[in-house]
Amino acid sequence: MIKMLTGNYASAWGAKLARARVVAAYPITPQTTIVEKIAEFIANGEFDGKYIRVESEHSAMAACIAAENTGVRTFTATSSHGLALMHEMLHWAAGARLPIVMSVVNRALGPPWSIWSDQQDTISQRDTGWLQIYTENNQEVLDSIIMAYRIAENENVLLPIMVIEDAFILSHTMEPVDIPSQELVDKFLPEYDPKYKLDPSSPMGFGSLVMPEGPFMEYKFKGHEAMRSALKIIDEVDSLFKENFGRSYGGSIDTYRIDGADYILVIMGSVASTGKEVVDKLRENGKNVGLVRIRSFRPFPHERLREILKNRRAVGIFDRSYTFGYGGALFSEVRNSLYGLSIPVKGYIGGLGGRDITLDILEKIFNDIIKIGKEGLDRDYEWVGLIGDKRW
Amino acid sequence: MNDFPTPIATVPSTGNKTGGWRTFRPVILYDKCIRCMICWKFCPEPAIKIVSAEKYTAKNAAIGKLDAPEIDYDYCKGCGICANECPVKCIEMVFEEKLEE
Amino acid sequence: MKNLTIPEEEYMLPGHTACLGCGATLAMRYALKALGKNTIITIPACCWAVIPGVYPSRALEVPLLYTAFEVTGAAVSGIREALSAKGIEDVNVVGFAGDGGTADIGIQSLSGAVERGEDIFYIMYDNEAYMNTGIQRSSSTPKGAWTTTTQVGKIRDWKKEKKKNMVEIMAAHGIPYTATASIAFPEDFIKKLEKGKKIKGPKFYQVFSTCPTGWLVSPNKSVEVARLAVESKIFPLYEVENGVYNITYMPKKEVKVKDYFALQGRFRHLTEDEIREIQNDVDEAWRILVEKEKWSKSLMKVQ
Repeated sequence: MIKMLTGNYASAWGAKLARARVVAAYPITPQTTIVEKIAEFIANGEFDGKYIRVESEHSAMAACIAAENTGVRTFTATSSHGLALMHEMLHWAAGARLPIVMSVVNRALGPPWSIWSDQQDTISQRDTGWLQIYTENNQEVLDSIIMAYRIAENENVLLPIMVIEDAFILSHTMEPVDIPSQELVDKFLPEYDPKYKLDPSSPMGFGSLVMPEGPFMEYKFKGHEAMRSALKIIDEVDSLFKENFGRSYGGSIDTYRIDGADYILVIMGSVASTGKEVVDKLRENGKNVGLVRIRSFRPFPHERLREILKNRRAVGIFDRSYTFGYGGALFSEVRNSLYGLSIPVKGYIGGLGGRDITLDILEKIFNDIIKIGKEGLDRDYEWVGLIGDKRW
Repeated sequence: MNDFPTPIATVPSTGNKTGGWRTFRPVILYDKCIRCMICWKFCPEPAIKIVSAEKYTAKNAAIGKLDAPEIDYDYCKGCGICANECPVKCIEMVFEEKLEE
Repeated sequence: MKNLTIPEEEYMLPGHTACLGCGATLAMRYALKALGKNTIITIPACCWAVIPGVYPSRALEVPLLYTAFEVTGAAVSGIREALSAKGIEDVNVVGFAGDGGTADIGIQSLSGAVERGEDIFYIMYDNEAYMNTGIQRSSSTPKGAWTTTTQVGKIRDWKKEKKKNMVEIMAAHGIPYTATASIAFPEDFIKKLEKGKKIKGPKFYQVFSTCPTGWLVSPNKSVEVARLAVESKIFPLYEVENGVYNITYMPKKEVKVKDYFALQGRFRHLTEDEIREIQNDVDEAWRILVEKEKWSKSLMKVQ
């Protein structure tokens, strides 16, 4: 069934089709229409679950953790400051190895106040132990939520996962979305029944105190291994999704016109669509450029990316987030992937607080990548699109 | 370590014999005890068991029909609440080192 | 034949690591006696996060979810709703938190859970300071008390503010049932929990739980101190059911705040005048409580 849906409605449809049994969420712009849609499903008796209207995002995550520990599939959604408020509980969810699925609408963090898109909120949660999948369009939002449960609940993963979409650009923009049938989704996602859960017939303590001599480190190592094995599972689930639904997103990495491309731009999120258009234009002008879109920032597909990039002449990375004093997080990861190879790698930071990332800006970036490929690196990274900066 | 993905506590705490913490040992004088079980009621471990009436000689026949309290020294930390709360003051707190002598 | 005034079954195991004479363990022991085996409990950061012992030790015969300091209200909501989603309604879902985790850092999530009418038990074991971290002041620390963050020192910087009244805060939520209780009155506490089992919706209990370590009280006096708190009316036993106040224990003898303070090192620094001022506060609060009982019963047309 094809319907016109915003990214947020696609997200709510994903949760409904995945049969989340407990939803705990708190409203924040621009996530609100996700929970409003779920409330509409609930009010119409179309959602087979409980919706806890919690009093904060921190409680939303805490309630999801407790519900998931009780053995049911959960869902929540947030954005920006809401995600930041959850931070403590994000660690808890991952440490407790709970496959919670959360829709995150990328929005800038204040001050100054901004409700518009950038990736600072999710990038700041990089080390919480959550998988992070960045999406490019509304169909991918819906499909990724269904895939997210399949990935997270895999017994070799058992980690929580964020499905991330850009504020307004996806969250509030209508696109035609193919909503799969419930039967098809049920076939793809078997009922969730975890091995260990809160049950009065078996008294167990979940999350008790562990001394330095053990096994704290050992359990963290298990989490680390689970995150590593998730890379393969993300790719496998993507293939399986294609078999069942006919759509594929490349698993951890999506690529565009990289065959024979000497100059590559690495990017995340919906801005990849703009990038693809620029690639088409530059290719027409005889410039052999290509685009790599990272879907899975956590776990980061270092080996696969190195394989893709190892014979290129120059690589640029666009970060829609910042680390004061240095280049962006994606830049750092990509450069690590290419460690030891003599490829010039440069980071570009822009699009913060919803600043438009225009075709023009991306074309300039591609031309800069071509330039550093020929002349060598002028600097490690730079901010692009600052008011008054004549270069951009 | 086990096959749990996260630490899950399953071993009863009874393996931890907290009796070793004790400095003073409560000793019930059964010839005075009225078996009211107030000591049992207020034990924070709990380390006072309820044992069959016949196990100890009682003050009188009526009391002898009641099940009796018995301190489990494996767990008793010697806080002395039982002695303090006992309405007939039939629990003595004895210095452990003295008992060893 | 057994001469028992509270249920015999035990769901708290010995071998736990609580201090000598710990009131919080008595609160747990009595709570589980009343609630029984068909219970799921969640505990935030507090003394009780440590009392069951280090991994893999467990001291309870019911499943326990440890969670973060400020989320007890959200955690009980999550468990309750997950059980309901599975069609399970007969399990007692219990949040068991200290006074800091309840009256300070956890008050938001508690308020949320109560406002939403979650069918849960919330038991605040009140030992009147952050005991697990080393006796720091909480909003539930009584006026006059020394703590490690309200020291006497040269300028007598002991706690000058009154204890936060959680039962009143719960009553203001329109909670179906809320009550105080004391480790010195287990029959009263258990009766209140039994009552709560028949009430759908949130139930809140504030259980006065002596901390010998933090109050500078001899461990053997733990229950006696708790009893004196009730007898001196500094911690009255009462319940509020749908807005109606009911004092569940009328102090029998004339015990003064001074007598209650005398057993505790934390009030040792107070002068006669200062104790008199606190006595006046207590007398006034008691007078108001008695009036509230009369007034609410007449207002609600309760016999």
